[in-house]
Amino acid sequence: MARIDFQTDPSHYRHWRLEFNGDTANLIMDVDETAGLFEGYELKLNSYDLGVDIELYDAIQRLRFEHPEVKVVVLRSGKDRVFCAGANIRMLAGATHAHKVNFCKFTNETRNAIEDASDHSGQAYLCVINGTAAGGGYELALAADHIILTDDGSSSVALPEVPLLAVLPGTGGITRVTDKRKVRRDRADVFCTIEEGVKGARAVDWRLVDEVVPNSKIEETVKARAAEFAARSARPSGAKGIALGPLARSFGEDSVDYDLVHVEIDRAARMATITVDGPGRDAPADAAAIAAEGDQFWPLKLARELDDAILHLRLNEMDVAVIAFKSSGDAARVLGYDALLENAGDDWLAREILHYWKRVLKRIDVTSRSLVALIEPGSCFAGTLAEIAFATDRAYMLIGQLEGDNRPPPELHLNALNFGRYPMSNDLTRLETRFLGEPDSLDAARAVIGEAIDAERAEELGLVTFAYDDIDWEDEVRIFLEERASFSPDGLTGMEANIRFAGPETMETKIFGRLTAWQNWIFQRPNAVGAEGALRRYGSGRRPDYDITRV
Amino acid sequence: MDMTDVDYSTKIPNNIGLAEDRRVLKALEQWHPGYIDWWMQMGPEGFQEAEVYLRTAVSVDPKGWARFGYVKMPEYRWGILLAPAEEGRVIPFGAHKGEPAWQDVPGEHRALLRRLIVIQGDTEPASVEQQRHLGATAPSLYDLRNLFQVNVEEGRHLWAMVYLLHKYFGRDGREEADELLRRRSGSADKPRMLGAFNEATPDWLSFFMFTFFTDRDGKMQLESLAQSGFDPLSRTCRFMLTEEAHHMFVGETGVGRTIQRTCEAMKEAGIDDPNAIDQVRALGVIDLPTIQKKLNLHFTLSLDLFGAEISTNAANAFTAGLKGRFEETKIDDDHVLTDATYPVLEYVDGRFEEVDHPALSAINMRLRDDYIKDCEKGVGRWNKIIEKTGVDFALSLPHQAFHRHIGAFSSLSVSPTGEIMGKDEWDARRNEWLPSAADGDYIDSLMTPCRNPGDYAGWIAPPRVGIDSKPGDFEYVKLA
Repeated sequence: MARIDFQTDPSHYRHWRLEFNGDTANLIMDVDETAGLFEGYELKLNSYDLGVDIELYDAIQRLRFEHPEVKVVVLRSGKDRVFCAGANIRMLAGATHAHKVNFCKFTNETRNAIEDASDHSGQAYLCVINGTAAGGGYELALAADHIILTDDGSSSVALPEVPLLAVLPGTGGITRVTDKRKVRRDRADVFCTIEEGVKGARAVDWRLVDEVVPNSKIEETVKARAAEFAARSARPSGAKGIALGPLARSFGEDSVDYDLVHVEIDRAARMATITVDGPGRDAPADAAAIAAEGDQFWPLKLARELDDAILHLRLNEMDVAVIAFKSSGDAARVLGYDALLENAGDDWLAREILHYWKRVLKRIDVTSRSLVALIEPGSCFAGTLAEIAFATDRAYMLIGQLEGDNRPPPELHLNALNFGRYPMSNDLTRLETRFLGEPDSLDAARAVIGEAIDAERAEELGLVTFAYDDIDWEDEVRIFLEERASFSPDGLTGMEANIRFAGPETMETKIFGRLTAWQNWIFQRPNAVGAEGALRRYGSGRRPDYDITRV
Repeated sequence: MDMTDVDYSTKIPNNIGLAEDRRVLKALEQWHPGYIDWWMQMGPEGFQEAEVYLRTAVSVDPKGWARFGYVKMPEYRWGILLAPAEEGRVIPFGAHKGEPAWQDVPGEHRALLRRLIVIQGDTEPASVEQQRHLGATAPSLYDLRNLFQVNVEEGRHLWAMVYLLHKYFGRDGREEADELLRRRSGSADKPRMLGAFNEATPDWLSFFMFTFFTDRDGKMQLESLAQSGFDPLSRTCRFMLTEEAHHMFVGETGVGRTIQRTCEAMKEAGIDDPNAIDQVRALGVIDLPTIQKKLNLHFTLSLDLFGAEISTNAANAFTAGLKGRFEETKIDDDHVLTDATYPVLEYVDGRFEEVDHPALSAINMRLRDDYIKDCEKGVGRWNKIIEKTGVDFALSLPHQAFHRHIGAFSSLSVSPTGEIMGKDEWDARRNEWLPSAADGDYIDSLMTPCRNPGDYAGWIAPPRVGIDSKPGDFEYVKLA
């Protein structure tokens, strides 16, 4: 199968258009129905597949980095009388289970990124629904801050998955209805079982949309709302964006090489090693240099490459059981870049970069592979990069040196970024989550900010899982990897997903945990995907035959 | 290096290239003092300073692996010896059958393998602990020496398992190796892992029975581990088996010599009725019915060591290629057993009958059956001794369901002949079948030491030949 590529840019978009008008941008969905990612379906009625969402993700990223002047994004359809019909049903019916799951995960992450822009970058999203917003279409709208529905007697919002397709609105739909829009539970129940959805005043009354506006008043209303949101934005006026150029990548048979990220795949061991390179030189002196370096600024470049590498492994390397993270470089320099970002104050770009790292780390958190950090001589797991180690299921750290390698023993370094700038989806930092039952351990970790932490100390502080000397290192790591590769991938996915997110529930954890897990169960059930199931029979004119046992 | 030569350049005789193996060397250096402490505390009581004529392995070549000489036990050169590697050895059974034998632990099976090794390892020091008081009552210097030979070799078998733990199981392995020195036979807080290894060995007849029956279980376990697809385990166990054979020799001849002396004394005194217990005991020998009771006890305790008849663990270990069957390579089947069945003796509707079970889950049962056959041969040889003296008595193995604490029969009350009865009746008749306190007291009364070279206690006959072909009055142990 052709490699799914997550890199694109507006000149290559088939499905989206961006229009800029001062502090407002129009993000227009206009899906080319002939340009599906795979054969066998047409993307009618603005329905989408992964290819459509890859462009959306790209657009959202560019809006944040390339367009600091944009304070409001208006999400709307380029088609007449249809907003978006959701994920393409024939695509779903034909896709492998693994593809469906990873597709949904990515679309969820993209919708979360929309909310992240609004919550943290002052870039609000308005959604204008003209026509039908059904299923994934309404879920997309739900990611926005404000939903305007045209009051034309037919435009509606709907989550028809259960009555129509026997699956769930799994891209955050149900969760955002109950937790974000706080729709009353019985109304949510009614709404989720009405195939044709809800329109007009009732949609407002039930808080499914924020306002309904006659067709003739739409543009005027959008303008007014955009102005209101823009006025509240903390996004800078007059700042100049940076261009996100194409990533330098080369794909080998068993490798992907970026400038700073190197992926090597050992197919026999079912393991991928991702090595991230530290900065090649010291951090520049001030925030002004960040913009000057633009997409070549080390933290940004590394985040983009790592983001792409993770997505590549998720969708294109389904057999990889374990992702091992290594790092290579000078910890002091890493800390220097961290300090620059941390101390950049109001600098919008520094803020964007930190938020981007937060999102990349979250992407690692929800990657359903066994994750391990191998902290070896020459590594630079410091500050932001140490956060990668804290995102893994286990971290192994070498005590001392390896034979025949005169590099000094590895060290961990913590800084302020580890204590607040990178919350997980549960809204706690990785260290807070790690030490949920040990507040003293969290304090102890905070107390060693600025120190070089060797393996034995790191193990004592609970920052790594195991510290081994060179005598044990190779064997222990090998055995762990072999053991991991021998377990059931399903068992591991479920186990890891449950272990990683200790602590409170948030809308995000509910989406990735509860909603996704139920959806993935339903996706395995004959009532949805069997020959007589709803997904297969959809559009055939034949009713699905359900196994009526309630499980 | 040549695997048949033993390297004495380190403190520890070995044929594993220990001098170059930093990992094992470092681990053993830390473990060794603890081992010596354990030996001083829990090894043979009162004889640590004695010079004992012991065999030390100097080569793993079958022709010349033993060297005899006087040595103080704490200075015994415990070493790490593996049978030579077989060129191109493949995994002989299970799902990996036919693949090259593993030279490293497969990560997938690490936990199961470690458990097997730890259980095996735990039995070795346990028997030393069980036997530590026996030196005080040895019926001869010859027997005393044999006891100590068994003890130091159990110690070496512990080393063999510790080597595997140190070499292949990292930190977990080192912790397990330390735990092997912390558990104590019969301790309420930290007992040994298997029941029979927490039973007392109160007298020399118990010791002989133990080495015959319980060490024979050890032999069966080692035989099945010697089949392992994990080659270092296989090689370790193959070498251990050469030593285990001596332990069973001690047991079989010890019981045999006891029987011999009893029958001779009966004949000399003109007693024909083997059940004339009081008369026989008056001769200062152990009557045959009491020997049968001892046999019943040790046989049944040993049967329990085989675990449950139907066992998922055993099936997993077989399929994983970690633990095979007795003489696996000589068995004529597919060695995978996916569809095979094996008859298992069960108690169904009020009687015992054989029921076919999937052969994989009946692996323990099969090993136990092989064990019983092996035991029967030894019992047959004892009966030959009785027959030759003209006494009319035959020893026999009790029914498999008799006196069981583990497995399907543990809830039944069954006589040695297989008769099923109520628990009350069984309890009332217990002393007919198993040694009573009075039996124990009687045997105990015979346990007085005999320490002049060439002298033997009155309840046991001298051996036909000496160790290392030494004459009858050879001073096997020079007491300090």
